[in-house]
Amino acid sequence: MNISFAHQMINLMAALLLLIAFAMLSQRRILRLIHLFAAQGLVLSLNTAIVAATIGQPELYRSALLTLFIKVLLLPWLLRRLIDRLNIRWDVETLVNIPTTMLVGIVLVIISFNLALPISQLAGTITRSTLGIAMASVLISFLMMITRRKAVPQVIGFLAMENGLFFAATSTTYGMPMVVELGIALDVLVGTFIFGIFFFQIRETFDSLDIHHLEKLKDRE
Amino acid sequence: MNWGYFASQLFQSLLAVLLAPLMLGWVNQCRAWLQNRTGPGLLQPYRVLFKLFHKDAVLAYNASWLFRLAPYVVFSCMVLAASVVPLVATDLPFSLAADVIALVGLFALARVFMALAAMDVGTAFGSLGARREMLIASLAEPALLMVFFTPALISQSTALTTIVEQLAHRELHLYPSMAFAGVAFVMVLLAENARIPVDNPTTHLELTMVHEALILEYSARHLALMDWAHALKLMTYGAIGIALFLPWGIAEAGNWAMMPLSVLALLVKLAAGGAGLAVLEMVSAKMRIFRVPEFLGVAFMLAVLGMLIHFLLEV
Repeated sequence: MNISFAHQMINLMAALLLLIAFAMLSQRRILRLIHLFAAQGLVLSLNTAIVAATIGQPELYRSALLTLFIKVLLLPWLLRRLIDRLNIRWDVETLVNIPTTMLVGIVLVIISFNLALPISQLAGTITRSTLGIAMASVLISFLMMITRRKAVPQVIGFLAMENGLFFAATSTTYGMPMVVELGIALDVLVGTFIFGIFFFQIRETFDSLDIHHLEKLKDRE
Repeated sequence: MNWGYFASQLFQSLLAVLLAPLMLGWVNQCRAWLQNRTGPGLLQPYRVLFKLFHKDAVLAYNASWLFRLAPYVVFSCMVLAASVVPLVATDLPFSLAADVIALVGLFALARVFMALAAMDVGTAFGSLGARREMLIASLAEPALLMVFFTPALISQSTALTTIVEQLAHRELHLYPSMAFAGVAFVMVLLAENARIPVDNPTTHLELTMVHEALILEYSARHLALMDWAHALKLMTYGAIGIALFLPWGIAEAGNWAMMPLSVLALLVKLAAGGAGLAVLEMVSAKMRIFRVPEFLGVAFMLAVLGMLIHFLLEV
């Protein structure tokens, strides 16, 4: 593939990733949040495939396929089943109102762009300029975890953060070794299962998925 | 200064003024089709304008000169704004007089006069509409400016003709920052032209109307001018969107042979844009007025992100 065109495509994918991260930050509905998460996985997988095609590393194709399978198909399906079983399709309560969160998000983007500039100048990969965006999407997902009150959006934020980390890995070093990648993918999968079990436990104990209840000690009542 | 230069300017201004009601008619027709209605036909806005121009104007007894002046000011602001945007060719003498920042100022001037005129008569709806309009505008304007800054940074100029020349006559290059600016621009367009997620153009329900409340007191030729100005604003926004994001097919300065093809390209692009607008309006529901700041906040943020991404990826 033509290098300069590939470079532009990678930049475009990076921009899309950031756009989706912000869309998640501003989203009020859980179902849409899951769709956005799947879209983010798709962009990530496409990006990995483009990098693989450009530099000719067949290993990255496997990684792209793995991303496609786990993050676009399996995890969203699991999450959807989960919210159907828990019967929570709609409201996401936020601690801070959404415009403020957005502004904080912009500040995070500026910080991470500034941080990434000197690092990316040292790197020799064709994807080096996207490191800032990878960092920004990690921080934004983190912000999403902090500002949401319910358990499910927090977990989606966690998974989105893992997406950002994966993107950072592809953009700086052309991906991690296969073993590490498989390990992380399985970790995320198992993590989601465990979270799912937790959700039921939390709801059974407190009759709600509001994390706020976990702060109370039981014997004080 | 040769005559071709001014002929081009005159042609484009006239084209914008005359096509504007057609554009509105096309959007309404698309909406009607999407709603399984027959629709009033493409020429309905012209008929309405014709009818209004032949009626006698009724004024409130306490209306001041401001109230009578406002339609003319608003209409001329919109004509001037439409003349600044390159529609079919990039040689526009007026464009040197007003760059994109002045263009935003022109829209603001028209809006201030509309709001003042609405408050002038002293009815409840007028001032309610004026307040809401100003709330929306105060948030949409910075977002619009930020949208303009991204292409201005790419082409190193704030004059629309230069931006179009730079973007249209360059080899195809993907600008991720322009994608952000494009999404933000569509959001601002919806808010500024009183389209559905922000305001419903067909409503006369007291509690939800914004633009309709502003022009509620006008009748006959004043109302016609206001309506025409509104159509012209939609047209201008469409032309700006085309100029910034789909500039291909526009005639270069002095190239008269390209003109017919360029007019055709403009019509196709406007028709596609109008149909897109109708679809967008059909799939979204009108939001509460207090959600509008959030909506426009997102637009502003996207525009700023576009600029940031330009600095990170494209410099």
